[in-house]
Amino acid sequence: MIELPSFAIFFIGAVGALLLRGRILSSWTIAVPVVSGLFLVLSDPTEQAINVSVAGIELAIFQPDRLSLVFGYVFHIAAIFGGIFSWRMTNPISKASILVYAGSALGAVFCRDLISLFLFWELMAFSSAYLVICSGTSKAARAGVRYLTIQIVSGLLLLAGAVLHYAQTGSIEFTHMGLTGTAALLIFIAFGIKCAFPLLHNWLTDAYPESTPDGTVFLSAFTTKVAVYALARGFAGTESLIYIGAIMTCFPIFYAVIENDLRRVLAYSMINQIGFMVCGIGIGTELAINGATAHAFNDVIFKGLLMMSMGAVLYRTGKINGSDLGGLYKSMPKTAALCIVGAASISAFPLFSGFVSKSMVMSAALEEGYMIIWIALLFASAGVFHHAGIKIPFFAFFAHDSGIRVKEAPTSMLIAMGIAAFLCIGIGSFPQFLYGLLPYETSYTAYDTTHVLAQIQLLLFSALAFVWLKLSGIYPPELRSVNIDVEWVYRKGLLAAYNTSAYIVQTLILYAYSLLTGLVKRSYRGITRITGRSSRLANERTVDLMIVSIVVFFAVFLVYHLINL
Amino acid sequence: MADSKQKYNDRQLPRAVGLRRILRWFYAACALVFLLDIVIHRHVYHPWENLWFFYCVFGFVACVILVVVAKWMRKPLMRSEEYYDND
Repeated sequence: MIELPSFAIFFIGAVGALLLRGRILSSWTIAVPVVSGLFLVLSDPTEQAINVSVAGIELAIFQPDRLSLVFGYVFHIAAIFGGIFSWRMTNPISKASILVYAGSALGAVFCRDLISLFLFWELMAFSSAYLVICSGTSKAARAGVRYLTIQIVSGLLLLAGAVLHYAQTGSIEFTHMGLTGTAALLIFIAFGIKCAFPLLHNWLTDAYPESTPDGTVFLSAFTTKVAVYALARGFAGTESLIYIGAIMTCFPIFYAVIENDLRRVLAYSMINQIGFMVCGIGIGTELAINGATAHAFNDVIFKGLLMMSMGAVLYRTGKINGSDLGGLYKSMPKTAALCIVGAASISAFPLFSGFVSKSMVMSAALEEGYMIIWIALLFASAGVFHHAGIKIPFFAFFAHDSGIRVKEAPTSMLIAMGIAAFLCIGIGSFPQFLYGLLPYETSYTAYDTTHVLAQIQLLLFSALAFVWLKLSGIYPPELRSVNIDVEWVYRKGLLAAYNTSAYIVQTLILYAYSLLTGLVKRSYRGITRITGRSSRLANERTVDLMIVSIVVFFAVFLVYHLINL
Repeated sequence: MADSKQKYNDRQLPRAVGLRRILRWFYAACALVFLLDIVIHRHVYHPWENLWFFYCVFGFVACVILVVVAKWMRKPLMRSEEYYDND
């Protein structure tokens, strides 16, 4: 079989997409990942290695192994169901950028050197930023530019780290490095930005909800998962990741509870899910890494499903705020049912996909004795059910009747969601298929009475809390609003800081000016007081006195000379 | 008809047809898993898991804390939708 790396198939497909129109274009966008996926499955990719020599540097642009293949497979799945979901979007440039985006995500996970990684990293940034901007509103355009800026900063940090790493070690191979030295730290932060570490996370919740209904499906699948892969490759077992991950699981759920835009709720919930993966990578045992990769695999599918269901709602109603929606189960019963499957999966209900992967990370935390971390993850598990599992379907499809009557989602969207839902239930019920793909051999069993009963108790009583809070009126209503997050720093704070500093400088200049003019005025007044017309020096008496004193002076001078002669 | 339904607010929801029945089943399920805690022996890894009804209490309390804190967070954090419009 000819050797053709996955990204090349996608890039050729992207060029083709620019030439096609209409349904042929839509079919093409689905066919490309199918063909590439077949290439990957039918050949044994771990046997292939494609190296390219550029300017004396050997670039390992295609060298899959078990870790990267898990991500490679799920990216293909996401590209296929995303392609079906976006059947009705027939803008060739959008379709081409989707293919470039998916292709560069695959390139990033399959390459094994830092320079190729950087190139794919930046290609992902540009192609995905187009998906935000192509939404067409000025709000989306501004969010897209902010998104692109932050992604490019991440890329530049990666490049700086790679160059420094090359200078220090003479190697650009991308392999386990750990947090040792400046080069590794720069690369770590570059990954951290894309992975939405706390305080670096806000680009995600800012940009993703601004994209088109179908654009968000792709956005949610690739960028952050590439970063998760990169962390797993480069920084497995780095202890700080455990704490970073635990914070990531906990803080976004508070925001998710009070957020009104349901796609933004999902964006916050995505940070929460990535937190579980980051935590697993930090723990670094075989079970934990398996758990993190398995959870990334499942997250692409169930988060994709949830994003698609909200995308379908947005597509049909034109609305996405919880405060505007409600009662849609009457109009869109199939979408509602599929959304509930996604919600059950992300909440880790037994028999749904989240359960079989999240429990691996939590078991690993317990095995390694991270008790407080385990409590934090347990809290986050209860919380994710609350905000993603209940809130998303409840406020969109149930709650009060908003009076909106629309058609059921288009067939193409239902098929895409159906595939994702099928996979969610399939993986949840038969996890051995997923476990067989994981980087390490595993004998882990998710389904024992201990796990299942504990999880059901946790979830049902979380739901009970929701019912009680809702019936008693304590639950905060959905309000049209935005909530201040870290983005305030660069969207308001920097502007405010600029305005304040400009004001201070202006005031200082004005003060200095007035001080200077005051000084000039005062000295002028002083001089005129001494020498002016009405001054003592200018009256007749003083003039006479002056003449007399000059005469006296010369007289004294004359006499002095006479004496000395 | 759509208009007449709009005036229901969230707290009137329990009156909706069918919801009471769903809730009754739900409460029964909660009671069942609550009681199963006594019957089923669990492998314990964390000391807290030894506590009776640990997961039930934890799930309930965690969610109440989550919602109450989040609601409180609205006071300092919530702004109008147009807050960033002039950025």
